Amino acid sequence: MTEVTATTAISTDPSRRARLAEFWYYFSENRGAVIGLIFFLFLVLLALCAPLIAPHDPTIQYREAVLLPPFWEEGGRAAFLLGTDAVGRDMLSRLIYGTRFSLFVGVIVTTLSLIGGILVGVIAGYFRGWVDTFIMRIMDIILAFPSLLLALVLVAVLGPGLTNAMIAIALVFQPHFVRLTRAAVMTEKTRDYVVAAKVAGAGHLRLMFKTILPNCMAPLIVQATLSFSSAILDAAALGFLGMGAQPPTPEWGTMLAEAREFILRAWWVVTLPGLAILVTVLAINLMGDGLRDALDPKLKRS
Amino acid sequence: MFRFLLGRLAVLIPTFIGVSIIAFSFIRLLPGDPVALLSGERVMSPERHAEISHQLGFDRPIVVQYLDYLWGVLHGDFGLSIVTKRPVIDQFLELFPATVELSLCAIIFAVVVGIPAGVIAAIKRGSIFDQIIMGTALVGFSMPIFWWGLLLIIVVSGMLQWTPVSGRISLMFFFPSVTGFMLIDSLLSGQAGAFQSAFSHLILPTIVLGTIPLAVIARQTRSAMLEVLSEDYVRTARAKGLSTFRVVGIHALRNAMIPVVTTIGLQIGVMLAGAILTETIFSWPGIGKWMVDSVFRRDYAVIQGGLLIIAGVIMLVNLAVDLLYGLINPRIRH
Repeated sequence: MTEVTATTAISTDPSRRARLAEFWYYFSENRGAVIGLIFFLFLVLLALCAPLIAPHDPTIQYREAVLLPPFWEEGGRAAFLLGTDAVGRDMLSRLIYGTRFSLFVGVIVTTLSLIGGILVGVIAGYFRGWVDTFIMRIMDIILAFPSLLLALVLVAVLGPGLTNAMIAIALVFQPHFVRLTRAAVMTEKTRDYVVAAKVAGAGHLRLMFKTILPNCMAPLIVQATLSFSSAILDAAALGFLGMGAQPPTPEWGTMLAEAREFILRAWWVVTLPGLAILVTVLAINLMGDGLRDALDPKLKRS
Repeated sequence: MFRFLLGRLAVLIPTFIGVSIIAFSFIRLLPGDPVALLSGERVMSPERHAEISHQLGFDRPIVVQYLDYLWGVLHGDFGLSIVTKRPVIDQFLELFPATVELSLCAIIFAVVVGIPAGVIAAIKRGSIFDQIIMGTALVGFSMPIFWWGLLLIIVVSGMLQWTPVSGRISLMFFFPSVTGFMLIDSLLSGQAGAFQSAFSHLILPTIVLGTIPLAVIARQTRSAMLEVLSEDYVRTARAKGLSTFRVVGIHALRNAMIPVVTTIGLQIGVMLAGAILTETIFSWPGIGKWMVDSVFRRDYAVIQGGLLIIAGVIMLVNLAVDLLYGLINPRIRH
């Protein structure tokens, strides 16, 4: 009997290091995920060191160098590696600075909706009853609107701008986290270890956040990466519609909106910001797939 | 089945009331005076203000105002546009077919390409086909579709000159709107070249709007198919000596389709969100563009009404998907 408890103790509560090693083992099996991670780290570096790397100030307008093509095309200059936009700002510098905004949006939106979603979801799943019904009805109401439309209207109410766009997107993403947390809490709540902790005299708060929550994190982490990339896409979409970051902010979506009228004349002002959004989102989604494989035991084989 | 329907309705009705409260409060949450916002008049004498306020019912208790609003909504009265002074519901009904036509084409495109792609990836798991299909699907899933649309315009409309840049049909053609669907109306008109024109206008928007659903459907089909292919009954079918085509097409696909149908249903909301961007890029005269334009024109009555109508439509579509799901998967009903 003692032997049995000893072995289960080891397998269910390995040290943090062993767990990390196991996680890394599954994560690194997925080649795409590793590539995504490396590229993501590169973007983080780019965002942190933007002032050091960028060759020009992203808002300075070089009036003598308007709509210059990238350096390899005829008429391009080595001073502006990726060309300039319609008012003579350096594309490369704007793209590098744009990394900051996109990653910032991802971090803030994910943190806001994750924390909010966990709080509300744990309460709903733990207490059930009318609290649960009330919370879930509100989430249903939010989900009844197409997310981008709701975000657009919220921004119209709050006023256009990156901060308001982030608040709107975080609010729209909330229900997914609430639903996931609630479902996970409901399955965990009836497990023996929770009952044991309850019998041992743990209070509601301790049960909710120290006993149950850590065991519900896997699906939430996967959802968090997913919403990180969706947040970047939605913020760029709002910027594109003129409701997100406002010019002259070098945000990729806003840059695309400004470039729209030049689509048939200057391909680089349209192509490059979109490409930046695509590869960033792709890298994060690749990482997300790897995380899901590594964290979700049900999918570990496939 | 009837109880299942009742259960769904029991959730739907409070949700609709909640949605209507949001739409109702929207105009009152805006910074500024709602009376001025709704009448569209910037400078008003106090008497005029009181008059309009009375006309719009703003001088009554808030609960009465809400119930009155709800009463109007239930009778199809969603208010008047501030800009055009026309009923919001009329404008919606006029523009909705364009969005439905585009969304239907996009979902058909996504299903017709996505399901076979997912099935092939699952059967040839780990092969180069699988990797290419899944790689492409992940790119599609990560695509900023507003950029994708611009890119297609540059290449297909600009460089190759294969398709028109915007609109639903060439301005050369005039015919009465019978169904509201340009493809059908152009055929009914009998004018030479009208159908081709309508069709060529649809191609790029369809691809753009269908891209994300296509990627999601392909991924979902693959994983559902992989799950089903490892089931005992599939192995039995294989052991009986049935061809791969029969095993997959007849035995596996039907069960693999159950989660895929849900996914397709869930894409409806995604489509309407995508329609906002797609219609803006291609100047497609549908409800997505209508909503964006209204936000810019500060036509708050249209935003308020449109928000409620669109949410209502999505809720009804979701209900229909749920019912369909209950029909094809009896397990869910209980």
